[in-house]
Amino acid sequence: MKSLDELREIRERMQSQVSLRSEDHTQTRVVVGMATCGIASGARPILAALAEAVQEKKLDNVTVTQTGCIGLCQYEPVVEVIEPNKEKVTYVNMTVEKALEVVDLHLIKKEPVIKYTIGAVTDSAARRK
Amino acid sequence: MDEISLNILDIVQNSIKAKASSISISIDIDRRKDLLSIIIKDNGEGMSKDQLEKVEDPFYTTRTTRKVGLGIPFFKYAAISTGGNFAISSNLGEGTVVRAEFIFSHIDRMPLGNIVETMHLLITMHQNIHFLYTYKLDNDIFSLDTKDLKEILGDIPFNVPEVSNFIKEFLLESHNEINRGSYI
Repeated sequence: MKSLDELREIRERMQSQVSLRSEDHTQTRVVVGMATCGIASGARPILAALAEAVQEKKLDNVTVTQTGCIGLCQYEPVVEVIEPNKEKVTYVNMTVEKALEVVDLHLIKKEPVIKYTIGAVTDSAARRK
Repeated sequence: MDEISLNILDIVQNSIKAKASSISISIDIDRRKDLLSIIIKDNGEGMSKDQLEKVEDPFYTTRTTRKVGLGIPFFKYAAISTGGNFAISSNLGEGTVVRAEFIFSHIDRMPLGNIVETMHLLITMHQNIHFLYTYKLDNDIFSLDTKDLKEILGDIPFNVPEVSNFIKEFLLESHNEINRGSYI
């Protein structure tokens, strides 16, 4: 079984190479709503998948965090992408698959996935009426 | 919610919102007594008597973004519906303790679910909060105190990939070893 000794080895390996990430105005923030509404709709695996994907793809300029209720409970899980000097993009009715698409398209290729945004979702709901 | 570990994640959000700097989460499963007990204790702002009376009411919430607060009612109902118990105690300025007791073998008891994901996210997303996590199944016990992690790591953050993965694997292997294949 793993023990904390292994963590000591990790620290030894890392001490020289860790440059503390600056959480400043150059960071893109990805925020997942984790209030009761979000958690009940499946936000936990989405937050976990986003955090893992951002690590795996070494997106050092991206910080994944969580927040409380955004006030869009009927559209949960909600993921917001806040890039410096840009308007916030709000993704709604998210799934793990959609979130990974957002990582590849929005965070890496810088092309927001319009079809998952709140604007697109409410527009198509209005058209159906 | 269909996993007790989701309720735990949800209830801990209240502690975080109450600016707790230390949160202990304990899961104690005793199959001989047929009980699964959860205790979540924080040192946050706490609640007044008045607030405490209202907090189990779904139509009470402190938030302004919506008018209902279902976190505590969900958790309470999940416990009570197995024939278990639920209690909250709190003091302003001291903190809050939430206790839920489930009858382990009851058909309506939800599975504990992915507690590793819950704990991993809480620990790596809230490095400034001290977490003490204890998981006990019959006579076997596992505990993780984030003070120990901090002591080893110094200023290396929990969310760097190597550390984050270690924490996840450490939680996963420890639970697997204690559970010995039983589905909790």
